[in-house]
Amino acid sequence: MPELIFQIAIIITKIVILTFMVVLPLVPVSVYFERRFSAVIQDRVGPNRVGIPLTLLGFKKDFHLFGLIQPIADGLKLFLKEDFTPAHVRKAFYWMAPALTVVPALITVCVVPFGSPISIFGHTEKLVIADLDIGPLFVFSVASLSVYGITLAGWSSNSKFPFIGGVRSTAQMISYEIALGLSIIPVLMYYGDLNLSTIVQQQADHGWLLLPLWGHDADHTFISKLLFWFPAAIAFLIFTISIFAETNRMPFDLPECETELVGGYHTEYSSMKFAMFFMGEYAAMVIGSALIITLFLGGWSIGFGADAWVSQLHIGDFYFGGLIHLGCFMTKLIGFILFFILVRWTVPRFRYDQLMKLGWVVFFEAALINVFLAALIVAAPQLEKTIIGVGAVLLVIVTAAVIWVAKVSEETPKVLRA
Amino acid sequence: MPSYLFWLFSTVMLIGGVSVIAFRNPVSSAMSVVTCFVGLAGLFIGLSAFFVGVIQILVYTGAVMVLFLFIIMLLDLKDEEKAAKPLLPIAAGIALVAAFMVQLIGILSRTPDVIAPNLDKESLAAAASGFPATSKIATTLTQGKLPDVHLIGHTLFTDYNLPLQILGVLLLVATVGVVVLSKRQAE
Repeated sequence: MPELIFQIAIIITKIVILTFMVVLPLVPVSVYFERRFSAVIQDRVGPNRVGIPLTLLGFKKDFHLFGLIQPIADGLKLFLKEDFTPAHVRKAFYWMAPALTVVPALITVCVVPFGSPISIFGHTEKLVIADLDIGPLFVFSVASLSVYGITLAGWSSNSKFPFIGGVRSTAQMISYEIALGLSIIPVLMYYGDLNLSTIVQQQADHGWLLLPLWGHDADHTFISKLLFWFPAAIAFLIFTISIFAETNRMPFDLPECETELVGGYHTEYSSMKFAMFFMGEYAAMVIGSALIITLFLGGWSIGFGADAWVSQLHIGDFYFGGLIHLGCFMTKLIGFILFFILVRWTVPRFRYDQLMKLGWVVFFEAALINVFLAALIVAAPQLEKTIIGVGAVLLVIVTAAVIWVAKVSEETPKVLRA
Repeated sequence: MPSYLFWLFSTVMLIGGVSVIAFRNPVSSAMSVVTCFVGLAGLFIGLSAFFVGVIQILVYTGAVMVLFLFIIMLLDLKDEEKAAKPLLPIAAGIALVAAFMVQLIGILSRTPDVIAPNLDKESLAAAASGFPATSKIATTLTQGKLPDVHLIGHTLFTDYNLPLQILGVLLLVATVGVVVLSKRQAE
């Protein structure tokens, strides 16, 4: 029994630290980054004033702290605003919707490996809340629930623009889930494992998927890794862009497109309920970046063969290498969030038909062909030369056929005589 | 699976199932189905069938029910919300449930009452002998873990390879059919 209580205590500690002290603070921080970075891009200053107001106490100068306290001020403002519920909404769903957008995004945190195991007094603990053997699938399935939040928000608002926003987001998220799921199949085939911790460990030992420069041995030859780099890069491209669409980020933020839909699905929301949609979007962005980093960019791994050495660092019985890896993971995560923001303020919004065509005609087919390409490359060492040749020729023919079909379908269909 | 988890998820499922028919509003009913599916996924995961549980959520809750909800919202069914209790559909429903119950009881009474083997380290390691020693399934089993994804994949692609391919072709035909039908435009 004491062992059980000890284990539960450890799990709760992990949940509190990793979810509420590592990931959740990233949400306001990324809002701050978004505002400052967009200001830099547009040659403005951005929010840089909120700090410690020492002049109120009679001192000469304020401490601005680069405006880092701005997110707290924003949160306080949203808390103190009037929480207004319009009379025409469907109450129960109207209240449920904001929670349904935030909760799935935060639940998915539990399978992300934040660092290598930490060891104290001979007790080793992995830096992941739930070390599930179905990591990426779990993330997809739980993240797919967040579509309910947006859809219900649009429907329960009982007003036309939010409804259009909700309908758009449903169609968009379902379409891109297909590309998202298909695009990582090559990665899962390569590792032969669905456990994210194992995937990251393999990348630490044998080179990141997109940077396979170290850890060559008989099973992981440099040539094979270099060959797999091509399907991996295609998968990375499709996956990253699909994550943008899944999280309703800028080039694909049609559900909340201001010029057409006022504010989109959250038009009728105010105060903290509105802030929860905001939080849900940013939390989804953080988790999406974490997943991309974990699958393609080595997760917590520092790289260049330094990981084994870092894991051995210790003071007495306390092996603290995992904390350094946690720092590395957070650095990569913030770097990727900055990339998300850069894209938002650089690329103009897609038109709705372009969005659907990109998802269904381009990404779906490309991901499918990529699966076969990756399978051929992974299986090549066990196959005979003629079979490889036949496979390659078939793949080229299929690719050409798919491109031809996509081209033909571009033409306007013939009108039927009824 | 601990029995209290079984009761928790079964209760969630039953509440979801009952509220599907209890609610008058179609969207509420659809959300009840979602609740029911989540409970079902919980039961699967409790039985160590992680893959089946997650696919249950991914496919049914995350995609199929979203489309249902989508259609219901677009149709905006106002008539359904009126309180109406026609006798015939209720009688037909009860008859159907009774027929299924009789079948279920018939099957359950014939099934031998066997307790499923415990998934402890010894039984898992013993099961590993059925697979090649260096394969992923065997190594995971000897470590005392259940590689359920690999086992399902192994079964599907060795024992049921042809039915799987036929199913794939069937789905492809359906998909192509939908595209053809939706591309057709009458004057």
